[in-house]
Amino acid sequence: MAEFTSSFWGVYIAVITVVSIIACAVFLKVQTTARVAGKVETTGHTWDEDLAEWNNPLPNWWRWLFYITIVFSLVYLALYPGLAVWGGALNWTSSGQYAQERARAEAAVQPLYDRFGKEPLVQLAGNAEARAIGQNLFLTYCAQCHSSDARGGVGFPNLTDPDWLYGGDPEMIEQTILNGRAGVMPPFGPALGGEGAKDVANYVLSLSGLASDSIRAQKGKELFAANCVACHGPDGKGNPAIGAPNLTDKTWLYSSSEATIIETVTKGRNNQMPAFKERLGAERVHILAAYIWGLSHPEATKAAAK
Amino acid sequence: MNDRLTGTPAPQTPAPSADETEVSLYEVRRKIYPRAVHGLFAAWRWGLVWLTQLIFYGTPWLVWNERQAVLFDLGARKFYIFGLVFWPQDFIYLTALLIIAALALFLFTAVGGRLWCGYACPQTVYTEIFMWVERKIEGDRAARMRLDRAPASASKFGRKIAKHGVWIAIALWTGLTFVGYFTPIRELLREVATASLGPWETFWILFYGVATYGNAGWMREQVCKYMCPYARFQSAMFDKDTMIVTYDEHRGEPRGARSKKIDYKAKGFGDCVDCSMCVQVCPTGIDIRQGLQYECIGCAACIDACDQVMDRMGYPQGLIRYSTTNAIENRWDSRQMRARVFRPRVFVYLGILVAVTAAAAVSLHGRVPLKVDVLRDRTSLAREVEGGRIENVFRLQIMNTRETPHRFKVSASGLPTLGVASETEFEIPAATSKQVPLRLQIDRGGVSAGSHKIDLEVTDVDDPSVAVKERSVFLVR
Repeated sequence: MAEFTSSFWGVYIAVITVVSIIACAVFLKVQTTARVAGKVETTGHTWDEDLAEWNNPLPNWWRWLFYITIVFSLVYLALYPGLAVWGGALNWTSSGQYAQERARAEAAVQPLYDRFGKEPLVQLAGNAEARAIGQNLFLTYCAQCHSSDARGGVGFPNLTDPDWLYGGDPEMIEQTILNGRAGVMPPFGPALGGEGAKDVANYVLSLSGLASDSIRAQKGKELFAANCVACHGPDGKGNPAIGAPNLTDKTWLYSSSEATIIETVTKGRNNQMPAFKERLGAERVHILAAYIWGLSHPEATKAAAK
Repeated sequence: MNDRLTGTPAPQTPAPSADETEVSLYEVRRKIYPRAVHGLFAAWRWGLVWLTQLIFYGTPWLVWNERQAVLFDLGARKFYIFGLVFWPQDFIYLTALLIIAALALFLFTAVGGRLWCGYACPQTVYTEIFMWVERKIEGDRAARMRLDRAPASASKFGRKIAKHGVWIAIALWTGLTFVGYFTPIRELLREVATASLGPWETFWILFYGVATYGNAGWMREQVCKYMCPYARFQSAMFDKDTMIVTYDEHRGEPRGARSKKIDYKAKGFGDCVDCSMCVQVCPTGIDIRQGLQYECIGCAACIDACDQVMDRMGYPQGLIRYSTTNAIENRWDSRQMRARVFRPRVFVYLGILVAVTAAAAVSLHGRVPLKVDVLRDRTSLAREVEGGRIENVFRLQIMNTRETPHRFKVSASGLPTLGVASETEFEIPAATSKQVPLRLQIDRGGVSAGSHKIDLEVTDVDDPSVAVKERSVFLVR
């Protein structure tokens, strides 16, 4: 950003501010020391039949309030960053104050997180207090993509079913939240061509027992073996180590329609789960991971609760 | 409007003398030493002092449901008034209260002049209390004037110290009580005792303490004369049928001192004996015999004082009395005067006041101690699930505003086959707001694609009268 700013505007503002304040003081001094000889007149205006205004100097209390204001402004500008070229003697910043207040709030809840942080995830999933915190965290940070009920949407995985792209161990879930995931499926349009993509799509449909064109599926099987097995495995059951989905189950991240599968095969997919380590901190992620694991293990959470 | 009402400086300002070329805008205050006054209206004022102060100092000590009965918890944004717990969403009731207070001020002022100023305003009430302390320590008007003129002495110093000591004690207790409405007062007192007050509590206790001490001890009538905006705009509610503290000029003039024995009427005197008692008792230092003035706070001290003088002289009471401009000008009797209370202005104020009060009361009575906000999820507008059903996801923000935990159930209506697929019952702890994810489903094919209006109803399981219905939409693709 440095190339867009120069010190000129800071100086410009500072000079205008300081000169204005001094000018106010000088003006006030000059205007209140000079005395006009002779009788005091009214300003000559009359309102509501008989309301007139004396042309008197400022009353003292008002004058002194004005001087106090001027002194206050100078003291304020010396202490706080009011002039762009001077950061203030107190070194106060709004972000500094935020950090301070945040640190205080964090310190207040730290004992709770310390206690939960020591508990293993499976045990934590049965803790009602931790689940309540977990749900709050989920609704605040996760529900935008995964839905309030954690059942996801098109392109966003359902977290309540037993199907996991990267494996469903609670520790793996914690890793996913901490570091994020980048799910990349490369485009195969150039390699397969339009017909080839359609054949592969029909084979994929047949893998999970969905209605498909058996001739195309047969052709697709060969293409699949040549292009897809590296990630999805020879039987299409996927590979959790790289997040390649199982194609033989009934879970579909996008859709089970032929057109969508052709689109996926042709154009590929780029899916991003952001990392929350920096944003939430490891302690909150720990609680969150336990909550999310509990969503797909209702019996386990009940058992742990007992 | 005459110039005494508007307060144009011209007639009161002394003409500049030859060597004085400008008139100072700031009138140097001449200290007022009001004489103690007894009588009907003073008794009314003391009655109101007791009433308002018992309520003010006493309320924070009341206990309700094992908590402070009246507490405005700004940190938690919960406002407890006996059995009621107000949330920020209930701010409309504060608006209603302010409207009612404003209209009541209009009504009372139109009928009886500055009744608020004279009897109930904290400035008047605390000045009354502070003047009572002053009288007990320094004596009445004459004694106080003598004391102030007297050279410095140990006794004078002692009396002044005692007076200010008592004043400061009252003022600090007032500050503490005020803050006690926002922080539980028992904790506050314990913090004072152990010198562990927080910075804001300290600030506000001192702020209100200093304000009470300064306003009731030092500023007094200057607050009414120069600072108070209500004092000025109340004159806009006056008309010629407003009851105000009035000196009956027809009866009193020509005024003059006379012997009680003479036939004063034969000598051409009016009823006013020019004893100046009305001026001596006036807390704002005016002479009511000059007519209605903007400084007059309508405290009726002069009525009490004058009635006592009239009694001593054997004249009828009421030379200074509550009367109206019309009644004095036209020499009406009190029945004619009272008939004019029923005029359109009064009916309009009264009508609006009754309407707003009734509306607020009905609304408060029917207030459901449950609030529900419905938020549609924006991630997936409509998703297909097993069984050929279409699902929409919502988030309910359920606020149980009662001080006991309650179980609530949720139901949905407005579309055929519409049903709740997620949990339908949940417990919300006392005075807590909770977010609840909600899944609604319908059979596919039953309704056309697009947006459909639905109703979501949240009901207390144990008390079906506590229910809230919210509108939302169900999307079908």
